[in-house]
Amino acid sequence: MRIECPICGSRDRREFYYRGDAIALARPAPDAGDDVWDAYLHLRDNPAGETRDLWQHEGGCGAWLVVTRDTVTHAVHAVELASDVKRAMA
Amino acid sequence: MVELKAQTPFGELLPLHIGDMTVAARDLGQLTVLGVFDRAGLSKALEAAHGVALPEPLQSTAEGDAQCLWFGREEALLVGPTPDEALAKHAALVDVSDGWAVAELQGPGAEDVLARLAPVDLRDSVFEPGDILRSQLRDMPASITRTETGFLLLVYRSMAATLVQELRRAMEAVASRR
Ligand SMILES: [Zn+2]
Repeated sequence: MRIECPICGSRDRREFYYRGDAIALARPAPDAGDDVWDAYLHLRDNPAGETRDLWQHEGGCGAWLVVTRDTVTHAVHAVELASDVKRAMA
Repeated sequence: MVELKAQTPFGELLPLHIGDMTVAARDLGQLTVLGVFDRAGLSKALEAAHGVALPEPLQSTAEGDAQCLWFGREEALLVGPTPDEALAKHAALVDVSDGWAVAELQGPGAEDVLARLAPVDLRDSVFEPGDILRSQLRDMPASITRTETGFLLLVYRSMAATLVQELRRAMEAVASRR
């Protein structure tokens, strides 16, 4: 598996650290309530298909990335800087 | 007064000659990480003080004894001079001279040696003199630059002996097949 880092270009998977669902970029407000926080911290879909995950190019430039990929075909559809994604959410 | 002898992080481990290849320690002067706040301002200040522009990602710049290496996202490494005070307005400056071990690998087969250690394509068709990248040599985080004469390799100082061990093994394997 290879990931196209927006800064470094196409790199081997072993240079990347996997964090998990990109939901981590959508942290709820402190007073959002127990249900919202429970979902944010613990409840994850496990789709056979498209996922959006946070990866870090740890062995390269160090950037955090949002990788959209398919868990069935292993195709990587999109790689964005997490900072760009977060800014676009604001 | 005791006479202390200055040593590189590699001590007596380098230079190493295997086949027609050589690895030698390099003392390039002060190493300063520039944590960039303001790219344009920093590049201007760097040029004014040291004659080198802030490099684009995967590039390096050089002028005389001063080099500036791209060192990661919003990071560069100033190699050689003591940084001018004016740089501090545009970047966080951290002296890491004792934090990194610097060696140069030279000779026919150097590309084949690195192909055994790094998961990136470093052939001269895609990686030219002045090109730089951050990757890994085996499990060691590394900065790799192609120079006019070989490859400049930077790893954390604590990994200097491991770097020599890995290079030795790969160089012996490459030399035995030539
Ligand atoms: Zn990268």
